[in-house]
Amino acid sequence: MLMRMSKIVRFAADLLYPGILIFGLYVIMHGHLTPGGGFQGGAVIATAVALVAVAYSYDEVLAMVRKLRFIVQESGGLVLFLGIALAAVALGTTVFANYLANTGMLFGLAVPFGPNPGELNTGGVMPLMNIAVGLEVWGALALVVLYMLSGIREKEA
Amino acid sequence: MKRELSVLIILILGAFMMLIPLGISFGEPGHSAMDDYFIRHGQEQTGANNIVTAVLFDYRGFDTIGESTVLFTAVIGVGLMFRKLMRGDADENE
Amino acid sequence: MFLNLPLVVVVLLALIGIATILLKRNLVKIIFGVTILTSSVNLFLVTLAYREGGIAPIYTLAPADVMVLPTPHALTLTNIVIGVATTALMLSFAVIIHRRYGTVNIDEIRELRE
Repeated sequence: MLMRMSKIVRFAADLLYPGILIFGLYVIMHGHLTPGGGFQGGAVIATAVALVAVAYSYDEVLAMVRKLRFIVQESGGLVLFLGIALAAVALGTTVFANYLANTGMLFGLAVPFGPNPGELNTGGVMPLMNIAVGLEVWGALALVVLYMLSGIREKEA
Repeated sequence: MKRELSVLIILILGAFMMLIPLGISFGEPGHSAMDDYFIRHGQEQTGANNIVTAVLFDYRGFDTIGESTVLFTAVIGVGLMFRKLMRGDADENE
Repeated sequence: MFLNLPLVVVVLLALIGIATILLKRNLVKIIFGVTILTSSVNLFLVTLAYREGGIAPIYTLAPADVMVLPTPHALTLTNIVIGVATTALMLSFAVIIHRRYGTVNIDEIRELRE
């Protein structure tokens, strides 16, 4: 369908793609320390998918990745988010309780009051929720881009 | 006829909306008891430095569930529209 | 002059959005008007959260100052994602309408009326 871009554009997209991916994963993982979180990081990673879809033609993108992968990723993110929220009922507290904060387990360091340089080990159940929402928003926005590209019809002029 | 009516509606709406900057005081929120509680106790109860993320995912988590469901439903709707579009053209390979 | 300039900008953006929805004939421009209206409401939510001389409500390496209210910031984040979902659905409807009628001028899309 759409023509592929020139060699310089394709090379620049190949160089930029890992950088955008690493920055988006950094924004997702440090959501409880710096501004950011699941939604913002997912939108950043979706722009990497849009960059590759613009630089290469749509047929090549279809050969690289099928839409089923993004569908599974988006649904898995939403189910993971609901599972983490409802797992609090199985552990004895109410729905959406933060059962990992201030304990000694996975993300459970205690935070002193007041301004401090942040530490990644804190936050309780929130970094897991950030990852789940980031996966969901990434899959959703990549699906929107790919579906809208599939609706373009070339004029046979 | 339609354009004159639209201009009239916009002028009346504009005159009523201009009461907003005169009525609301900027920089002094009135009732902030709930947010003061969030700022004071947010770090020891949730363990996060970012109070906005703590409000989004811990104190008000049900709004985040609703928003994820809205995004999911919108993407399902877009997929349905374009699947109907592709039915008339050639078959797409998934 | 008004000291609360952000609220005047909110009212101006809302009026521009409503004027675009009412006065334009192209369907894509009407969708732009809905997006401008969404941006105006987001700005209004953030403006309501301001406290005089405050910093962002984040404790990482923060100077000791008063903090702004965090709850309207969370509501604005939710509203931005909902705006993205609304715009995506409306634009896909515009593509379907163009396939069916051949035009996006709203004066010629009148099959429901006759």
